Amino acid sequence: MSAPVLDLSLVPPLGDPRPQPVPEVHLSTLPSGLRLAVVPRPGVPLVELRLRIPFAAPSARAAAVHVARTSVLTGAVLLGTKAHDQVQVAQLLQAEGAELSVSADPDRLLLGTTMLPAGLPAVLGVLAELLVRPTYPTDQVAAERARVTERIGIARSQPGVVARTALATRRYGQHPYAVQMPEPGLVEQVTPAALRTLHRQRVLPAGSTLVLVGDLDPAAAADAVAAALGDWVGEGTGVEAGPLPTVGPQPLQLVDRPGAVQSNIRLGGPAPGRLDPELPAVRLANMVYGGYFSSRLVENIRERRGYTYSPRSAVDHLGAGSSFLVDADVATGVTGPALLETTYELGRIALLPVTDAELEGARRYVLGTMALATATHAGLASTLSALIGHGLPPEWLAEHQAALATVTLDEVSAAARRWLHPAGLTTVVVGDASEVEDQLRALGPVETVPSTTPGSPA
Amino acid sequence: MTAAGADLTLRHPVERFTLDNGLRVVLAPDRSVPVVAVSVFYDVGMRSEPQGRTGFAHLFEHVMFQGSAHVPKMEHARLVQAAGGTFNGSTHQDYTNYFEALPAEALERALFLEADRMASPAITEENLRNQIDVVKEEIRVNVLNRPYGAFPWLQLPEVAFESFANTHDGYGSFVDLESSTVDDAQDFFDRYYAPANAVLCLGGDLDVAETEALVRRWFDAVPHRAAPPTPYTGEASPTGPRHAVVVDDLAPAPAVAIGWRVPDPVGDLETYLGTVLLSELLSEGDASRLELRLVHQDHLAVAQASYVGLFGDPFDVRDATLLTTQVHHPADVTPERVLAAVHEEVEKVAQDGVPAEELTRVQARTSAQLLRGADSVLGRTLGFASAELVHGRAELSGELAARLAAVTPEAVQQAARGLTRDSAAVLELRTRS
Repeated sequence: MSAPVLDLSLVPPLGDPRPQPVPEVHLSTLPSGLRLAVVPRPGVPLVELRLRIPFAAPSARAAAVHVARTSVLTGAVLLGTKAHDQVQVAQLLQAEGAELSVSADPDRLLLGTTMLPAGLPAVLGVLAELLVRPTYPTDQVAAERARVTERIGIARSQPGVVARTALATRRYGQHPYAVQMPEPGLVEQVTPAALRTLHRQRVLPAGSTLVLVGDLDPAAAADAVAAALGDWVGEGTGVEAGPLPTVGPQPLQLVDRPGAVQSNIRLGGPAPGRLDPELPAVRLANMVYGGYFSSRLVENIRERRGYTYSPRSAVDHLGAGSSFLVDADVATGVTGPALLETTYELGRIALLPVTDAELEGARRYVLGTMALATATHAGLASTLSALIGHGLPPEWLAEHQAALATVTLDEVSAAARRWLHPAGLTTVVVGDASEVEDQLRALGPVETVPSTTPGSPA
Repeated sequence: MTAAGADLTLRHPVERFTLDNGLRVVLAPDRSVPVVAVSVFYDVGMRSEPQGRTGFAHLFEHVMFQGSAHVPKMEHARLVQAAGGTFNGSTHQDYTNYFEALPAEALERALFLEADRMASPAITEENLRNQIDVVKEEIRVNVLNRPYGAFPWLQLPEVAFESFANTHDGYGSFVDLESSTVDDAQDFFDRYYAPANAVLCLGGDLDVAETEALVRRWFDAVPHRAAPPTPYTGEASPTGPRHAVVVDDLAPAPAVAIGWRVPDPVGDLETYLGTVLLSELLSEGDASRLELRLVHQDHLAVAQASYVGLFGDPFDVRDATLLTTQVHHPADVTPERVLAAVHEEVEKVAQDGVPAEELTRVQARTSAQLLRGADSVLGRTLGFASAELVHGRAELSGELAARLAAVTPEAVQQAARGLTRDSAAVLELRTRS
């Protein structure tokens, strides 16, 4: 068949947008300092819970030990309370359709679960026990420590994890964010006493945020929280991460992974934060560059050249600073050409204008997917937890949407010039150095380091 | 509260009609959020592939995104995304689906796009070569360049089943992928992508009468072709234990998977529901039998999981299928110890049954997870669509939580009696060192 031409007269026009429901957020603060957000909403008969506790490492020196202890604490906090052992805790939650997941990132601990609506008081009761009276039993902590060590080994054998941690180390230098993977040697030294101390010092209501979304009555839910979590008190308030260092230009780092059939290309640099008026323009520039399928990067290195399956770029927010990130996993033989095209598209968007059609497509996509992402209990709960946890009001969502709606072409170009230009990004490639180093040297200086990954192919 | 005390039936009305060209249409309106989901499910999957064409169903899925008679390459994505919507497609054992989630005002645009590629996708040499390259990178990312990439979904079926349909690699061999031709693709399209072989399912903020008119406007013009017969994918029950070993060069620690044949998911749904709950009882969450035994009590495992259906959805597969238990274990634990503990736990259920109180807890958790998946318009719509295609009844998707909540302890015990040592297929994954 001949190549089709898009005849826009054939494409059904979009109708008038229908109004987005505005979430009804009931905010309050408990005497302990815990912030509470309760959101009743139609949908399935479930309630979603998110408890966000600030948990950044207190200093760069302490980061390695803090990350190791935190990696054990996330599993060990569920190992029992003064009133119930581990099995009973799990069963009490299960009876309400719940299961607590506990995760950590460089900024916070997050405890989350879904539940059947009538289970809210019971689940809050278990949560309170875990926060106030955890036991960290010696034998079970030892077993958890061993599991964490095994899981680190498995994670480090994933090339994507190797690439992410290498980029963080390269970008953050001496800042705690440089430590994204615990050291097995430090994990093995984590004692129950250390976990109890960490818990006492850092699992604090002041600075923490509890979000409840779903099939609930706001007043009854707030009463249930006050009744269950009234005993959760503590000295001090949560620690947030300190300011990021400025990293100067560095040569491309090639992490050697002998025998790898693909190379993992990662670029990263700073981006405006959630309160920066330039954020809406950068988000739209990111979309045009590589933020979605209809982007320049996907069209170039996937749909035109077939170098890769899923290239993408993103704007990512951490407490101490935001990032612009580019990812592409490409065939070993085309590593140099793929990096060339990736960089070319960065230079192009930094120096040459974006078209009106590109901007309008990106804008509608960002606004549409924000609406989709907050159209479920779980999506809205996670979004609000991140916003309120970073000290932003729920109204930020509507204000950000309004700002996205008015960004101009000039603003997108200026934002791309400042934040997406390739000279401002740090680059890491994980791949087989014997195959790709020469290709990469054609594009600029390369610093090759051995992979420390156990389990790499010999 | 217990699961039994909650109202677990999703009460979305379901409307259906069939076009003259054979396209089955299901509408599931819900006007609470201004979002619609559009999905087309074709009754062709990895199990439909002929010998020598492994991976073709998935490759063809990629080709379907390369444009169509009135839509140039890249424009399918642009027209959906520039309307504020998302899109994707996926290839399963028994079907291939294409779907969009969009603001309600973009409904007709999505219908135009799906109708255009149902009538005439851009099957060209250039598009086929490009997507063979992309698919090879997808396989490298997901299988070849990562530890445990094929474990167990590409490796266990070879041990557990006999027929080509059930045993072959659904991602495809590079040899088969590279030798694919435009003629192969055109034949595949002509045979399997007939409207009479598909279900169009729309959910969310839509008016039934208006939407029916829009569907007819865009899909009535797609010419009728006869639907191929549904392939028979059932198999005789295994007559003995089977065992295989694979070596994973990239894996830092060993793992083991056990697959048991389970009742026909469609023909014997009532019995099958007992198996689904057994899988949840064994492995779902911190209170489950295998989590407590393998991970916390005996320290035999780092992680364990059980699921029914190759990709973990028990309700979107036909016969034959498996209940799979997979365990990642430390190198100093032998697979024999892991297997012995798993079999013991299954036999406990088979011999002693399940306390009603425990099953009620499992049912509460299972219901909550089903409801959670149905909270998004897209999740709910895909559930209705696969139930219509595989079970012939979209409504089943909304009834599953209630159906599972009614399963008795005896049914779960009965299911466990089918998971014998003698009928298990075992796959050991060993490390290189």
